[in-house]
Amino acid sequence: MTEQHKDYTGAKLGMWLFLFTELILFGGLFILYGVYLNRYPQEFITGGGELNVWFGGGNTLVLLTSSLTVAMSISALQRGNRSLCVKLLVATIAMALLFLVNKYFEWSAKIHHGIYPGAPSLQEGPPGESVFFGLYYLTTGLHGLHVLIGAGILTWVMFLVRSGKVNGDDFVTLENAGLYWHLVDLIWIFLFPLYYLVL
Amino acid sequence: MSDVTATSGRGFWDNSGGRSGLAAWIFSTDHKRIGLMYFWSIVIFFLVGVMLGLLIRLELIAPGVNFLGAQRYNATFTLHGVIMIFLFIIPGVPAAFGNLVMPIQIGAEDVAFPRLNLASFWFYAIGATLALVSLFTAGGAPDTGWTFYVPFSTRTTTNVSLAVFAVFILGFSGILTGMNFLTTVHRLRAPGMTWTRLPLFTWSLYATAWVQVLATPVLAITLVLIMAERLVGTGLFDPASGGDPIMYQHLFWIYSHPAVYIMILPAMGVISDIIPVFARKPVFGYKAIAISSIAIAAAGSLVWGHHMFTSGMSDMAVLVFSLLTFIVAIPSAIKVFNWVSTLYKGSIRLDPPMVYALSFVLLFSIGGLGGLILGAPGTDVHVHDTYFVVGHFHYVMFGGTGFAFFAAMHYWLPKYYGRTYNKKVALWAWGLMFIGFNFLYMPMQILGMQGMPRRYYDYVPKFADLNLLATISSWVLAAGLLLMFANVFYGLFRGKPFGTNPWGGASLEWTATATPPLLENFTEEPIVTHGPYDFKQAGVRADD
Repeated sequence: MTEQHKDYTGAKLGMWLFLFTELILFGGLFILYGVYLNRYPQEFITGGGELNVWFGGGNTLVLLTSSLTVAMSISALQRGNRSLCVKLLVATIAMALLFLVNKYFEWSAKIHHGIYPGAPSLQEGPPGESVFFGLYYLTTGLHGLHVLIGAGILTWVMFLVRSGKVNGDDFVTLENAGLYWHLVDLIWIFLFPLYYLVL
Repeated sequence: MSDVTATSGRGFWDNSGGRSGLAAWIFSTDHKRIGLMYFWSIVIFFLVGVMLGLLIRLELIAPGVNFLGAQRYNATFTLHGVIMIFLFIIPGVPAAFGNLVMPIQIGAEDVAFPRLNLASFWFYAIGATLALVSLFTAGGAPDTGWTFYVPFSTRTTTNVSLAVFAVFILGFSGILTGMNFLTTVHRLRAPGMTWTRLPLFTWSLYATAWVQVLATPVLAITLVLIMAERLVGTGLFDPASGGDPIMYQHLFWIYSHPAVYIMILPAMGVISDIIPVFARKPVFGYKAIAISSIAIAAAGSLVWGHHMFTSGMSDMAVLVFSLLTFIVAIPSAIKVFNWVSTLYKGSIRLDPPMVYALSFVLLFSIGGLGGLILGAPGTDVHVHDTYFVVGHFHYVMFGGTGFAFFAAMHYWLPKYYGRTYNKKVALWAWGLMFIGFNFLYMPMQILGMQGMPRRYYDYVPKFADLNLLATISSWVLAAGLLLMFANVFYGLFRGKPFGTNPWGGASLEWTATATPPLLENFTEEPIVTHGPYDFKQAGVRADD
């Protein structure tokens, strides 16, 4: 019953609404960032200085490239090149995993140095630093979770493309998955400078 | 319109999608079945909430420890709040009646994303189940109040984490329903169903859906923060590690104040649909009512700070939030004046839906005016955290949304069952409820003025008389509720047959569908040629 009521514009509209909700979800964390930065500028600068720009920058590069490959996969499918589309999706998923591996090493280095929520060294330090790292872990953790979910969605869509259910005539599912992936990318584009660069 | 009266059998009831028993419901993507599943779950949770409310009143029947004692009292009012807010009022009108009625009102076969709609219901069911599980596991029932304020919510040993997670899941349900309804209204209107021919109930759902989509994520992140605070100790709200508990209050109310418009806007929509039908007059100020829904949704998103006048915000912030709060009163009053103007020189029929709708107007006005006392910083300091707040809240939420839910139940539900209740009993039940209601919540407002604080199981003896009156009235109210539900439910299954359009409504759910509606609602796509309240053009009359 639902198959015969395909509505391309409707599906896109629904997805955009969902993306708004994601933006606002992260918006709550950005508000906290703004308020606490205003309250503890010095501690935020110290905390930001301890983050590794190379890890962050590398991951930015990975995510931006993956956004490119997912966009290319849509174009490939629209032009009827299914196998290229699948290859590009696999590349996107691989980059999502690379991002997470990178994040894993970055986090474990921090935790190894005794910087994690509730860590004794943070609790003894100035209060603003513990707030900074609490926010850092929450925001990047929530973003990491979105990367993981995005990779899951892209994998699912890749199988749909392979089986031909998503194809050159009916590609809105792939497009929506791509939109979600761009959102994950976009949030990182704001996270990265706020935590790694401006401080 | 005689062609639609030729109904074959029991409409969508006859078409269970090839499934039987429970599976015909919990796997159905038919918006009517989903709406009914919401309705029955919501009614069950409402009754549980009523029981808890009665327990609260029982403890307060006299000073001192009576039945519950301090800890159980705290758990009881928390549960009463969580169940009534997250499981009854927020999904009440939009999820139950929105699903049942809105697609038919705009001439659609179903919502835009039927499977997502079913997923919303499942999220609701899972969230509700988790909320119930949280009562009996780990540290026992949460005792924080429904607002989950830090620092207590991050320190208490009761099972707050699970309860908060349950609310998080319920939020998902609301977001998905909101997205679905927005897309449905934008994409699936029948030919001729222009924006100015949308029934006002649909307009209100449209405004509500925007609030659901834009505000609920803030609640989600706030709840995530509480869970993080409890599980890993991020310290973002803990002053000892540099956090600020006031930031929690801001984030919480950024959602939870708009949430009261999620609760009240669809209720106002119900009233806007019912009053013209029973006054036999086109609604007065259609555009003003439609736009005021959007205005309330927009202005209501900017007033959360009025919950925090005594939290130590700057005076400037207090004044700004107070001003914005008063601005919300304008579109609300526009609605009330338009309803009253619709009644003027109408040929009013006091059928049960109309009586419930009219009492909405009165009770909501009392509650709404009380809201202005709370919205003015000077008077708010006096009544903050007293029973005045409790009384005000119940006037707008129960007297408002609750009565609108009952009005909708009396107005639309027989259409879906093809049978109806006894009108006389419905009016008696209304009378009991109306008396019980006012003698329960008006004393609360007076007690609040006299300084009785809320959320304590005990009080000083000078408050005893009014508390006794309130407790006795709570029994009258409960008796009325029982009589009302018994009458409606008996009527739906055993009552007299309900015709296609006995109320004489001019919107599509009355003029273009069978009773009960068919699967996918219409035999052919309706073409809309007149507004939803043009009774003459639609050629409809109420049955006598």
